[in-house]
This record gives sequence, C-alpha cells and structure tokens, in this order.
Amino acid sequence: MEQFKAWQALMIAGEPTTLWQQFYVRFYQAFIENDRWQQYLNGVGTTLLVTALALTLGVVLGIIVAVVRTAHDQQRPGRHNVVLGVLNSILKVYVTVIRGTPMMVQLMIMGFVIFSSSRDYVMVGALTLGINSGAYTAEIIRGGLMSVDAGQMEAGRSLGLNYADTMRFIIVPQAIKAILPALGNEFIVLLKDTSLISVIGGKELLYAARGVVSRTYEAMYPYIGTAIIYLLLVMLFTWLLDIFERRLRASDRR
Amino acid sequence: MIDVKNLTKRFGDLVVLDGISEHIDKGECVVVIGPSGSGKSTFLRCLNLLETPTSGEILFDGVSMTDPKTDINKMRQKMGMVFQHFNLFPNMTILRNITLAPVRTGRMSKAQAEAKALELLERVGLQDKAGSYPAQLSGGQKQRVAIVRALCMEPEVLLFDEPTSALDPEMVGEVLDVMKLLAHQGMTMVVVTHEMGFAREVAHRVVFLDGGKLLEQGTPQQIFGAPNNERLRSFLAKVL
Repeated sequence: MEQFKAWQALMIAGEPTTLWQQFYVRFYQAFIENDRWQQYLNGVGTTLLVTALALTLGVVLGIIVAVVRTAHDQQRPGRHNVVLGVLNSILKVYVTVIRGTPMMVQLMIMGFVIFSSSRDYVMVGALTLGINSGAYTAEIIRGGLMSVDAGQMEAGRSLGLNYADTMRFIIVPQAIKAILPALGNEFIVLLKDTSLISVIGGKELLYAARGVVSRTYEAMYPYIGTAIIYLLLVMLFTWLLDIFERRLRASDRR
Repeated sequence: MIDVKNLTKRFGDLVVLDGISEHIDKGECVVVIGPSGSGKSTFLRCLNLLETPTSGEILFDGVSMTDPKTDINKMRQKMGMVFQHFNLFPNMTILRNITLAPVRTGRMSKAQAEAKALELLERVGLQDKAGSYPAQLSGGQKQRVAIVRALCMEPEVLLFDEPTSALDPEMVGEVLDVMKLLAHQGMTMVVVTHEMGFAREVAHRVVFLDGGKLLEQGTPQQIFGAPNNERLRSFLAKVL
C-alpha cells in the first residue's frame, strides 16, 4: 500500500520510474486498490449466472424448435398435421429473425424498447442471450437428429414403436453424442457473448472492467486482465467438455 | 392374410411399382426375386407402410393398412421386419434392443420380455451376447439378433429385406439357417433376396418382379424349372 502510494506519486510527478514500478502501480490500481478485484469477481459471477441461464433457456428452446421442425419434415406424405404446420412456420420465422439480426441490436431492442422499464438488466440479458442461443442450438440439434441413420427410425417404427418413443429412446440418444462438440462450441460462444450485456447495464465482467477504466483513466490492465479471465474460463470449460465427451465415447466401444 | 390390390408407387415421375396385386396366405413363405431396381424392396416396404403407396390398397387380416384411420403402430406390431443393414440400436445392449419394443408397446412386462428374449437368443445360439453392444458383434450375429428382435414382438408375419446382402459370405449360412427354421415352424414370411438356393429350398412360392411389374409367380419348381417369361429366363440365366 505504502509502496503503491509512493511509486504512484513518483509517476504523477513525472519522475523517472522503472518498468517494474510502472507495472506495479498500474496493476495495483486496476485490481487491488479499493478492493477492485471484488468487482471483477462479482462480474465473473454474473457472467457465469447469465451463461447458465441463457444456456438452459437456449437448449430448451433449441430442443423444442428442433423436434417440432424435424417432426414436421418427417410426416408421411398426405398426412399433414395442421397444428404442426402452423407451429413450424412460427418457429421458422423465429430462427430466421434471430439468426438474421445482430445480437447487439437484439440486446438493445430488448433492453431499451421491450423491457425499457425493467431494472433487472441481468435477467433481460440472460433472456435475450437465451432466445438468441436457442435459434442456433435448434439448428445444431436438428442437424444431429438428421445425422442419425434413417434406418434407425425405420427399425423403431417397424417394431410398432410410435414416433415419440422412437425419438426418445433411439434417435435422440444417438444425436446427442453427435452434436456434443458443436454444442460445446455454442456454449463457449455464449459465455463470451455475455460481455455484450454490459451495453444495457448488465453488471458482468466487462462492465466491471469498464467501471475501473473510467475511474483510473487506465485501460490496458483492466481490459487485458478481463481478456485473460475469459480465456481461463473458456479453457476450463473446454477441458471439462473434453472429459465429458471422452466418457461418452468410451462407452461407445464397450 | 395379406392382400395387395393394384399397388402403385411413384417417386416423382419414376414408377417403381406398377399395379401389383398379390395375396399372401398364413404360414406361407414367399420369396421375391428380381434384378436390382425392379421394386422388390419398395414392394416389401410398402407392406408395412415404411413407404406410402401412391395408390392401391393393402389389407392385413382384412384391415386396410392404407386407410388414414388405421392405427399404423398397432398394425406394425404384427409385422416384423429384418433389414439389409440390420439397423440394431447401437446405444443399447442386445437385450434392450430386443425388449424395448415389446415393453414400450405394452405387449409384455419387462420380466416377460427379457425371459422371452433370452429364450429366443438361445435358439439362435447367442444367449451369451445379451449384455453386449451391437458394435461387438459380427454381421451374422447382428442379423440373427435383428431377427430375434422382430420375433420378440410375436409378429404374425416377418418381412425380410435382403437379409444376407450385407454379410460376409461365410456368415450368410448362419442367417439362412435361422430363416429356414422359422419357415419350417410355419412362420409367414415375405423374403426379398438374391439367395436362389434359399428360394428353391424353402419358398412355397416365388414371385418375380421386374420394372415394377409382377411378371411371373409360382412354385420354385415352376419358376426355376420351367420359367415362361422371357425376362425371368434371362434373369435366371445370369444369376444361376
């Protein structure tokens, strides 16, 4: 503390300082002074919370959209279900609109137009990210369902199983294994995209860094620190996903 | 048991089945032969509506399969099917492959289904594979399991779609033996195959399809001994 004050005074006064002294002062300023590390920590907490909420919502939405769209496409010719048709059209619009507009724009519309009176920026952010992620996850899951050999569906149906049971016991378990890498990818993208909710006031990691920058007029350390934290988080989750995936594969070759 | 009336199937402009009428009796083993692309497999797949016929009618025990009001799942429970590529479920053990359908459709309790599955597996000599996964089995073993899976539903008819075409030559025999056994036990069977030996030995009736038309049918003696149709004669000359 005293050392920081002393070296800071030197720098403010324009005295010559060593590289080490400059690093020490700026680092201290960015992370330690006024217990700023707590702001980053809270930011990381919010980031993880938003990621978890958005991921859950995205996967649920994705499964619904993928199953409805696949079921619609797999109807026997001449036996079209009207409800399924309408639902399919609505979901197609959802996927088109969400994938066709930038996430930042979606966030601003949600934050400043639709939920402009809400103060709960974190929830609005999680909701927006979840809805966004759902559109992409839907296509990932749909791809997984379609990648399962058509013979599997035929075998299930030829035994007299109905469509839902065949999906549940035969197609979906095989599809999950196929889409896990892509789903992991989507998860990582989502984790990083949570940084966008700072534009509507969500107090996540980047928001904390920006707060520190505006108070210390020093951008390098907070932002590079933030980047390193994101990188560590992503590396941690990549590692966990790898372990999970390897477990699933191992059960393949029993 | 199965009545096919004027069955037609078109994929776009391509006519795959062109007005086929057939009657299959209970306990009969019918073998369908013909060159590739003749519509044999499509004919078989229309019987349990894996392909939807473009026109025509299929009656199973007097119930129209093609009627939209028919509960197709209930009907399929009475018609087992064995595929060229086995189509076992790779994510389940052999035992679960076999018992999934009987249990989920409410035909049997889990214990009943498992007892039945083990009994059937023993009959095809695979009782020790109950806990294995499909990936650990040879092609011949997979196909025998696929037959057991179809049998466990206690179907009234079994449809075989080229059951030995994807097998190594030395494994064809073990699958054909199981099919012969079934035929001798009086199981109603419709078999699409290129195994002329099987057709000659086991079939009650042989049906020859070409270009989507049923060109000739009769006992194996007639078909192989005294074929009338010109196309059939040249086909047999090539495969025998």
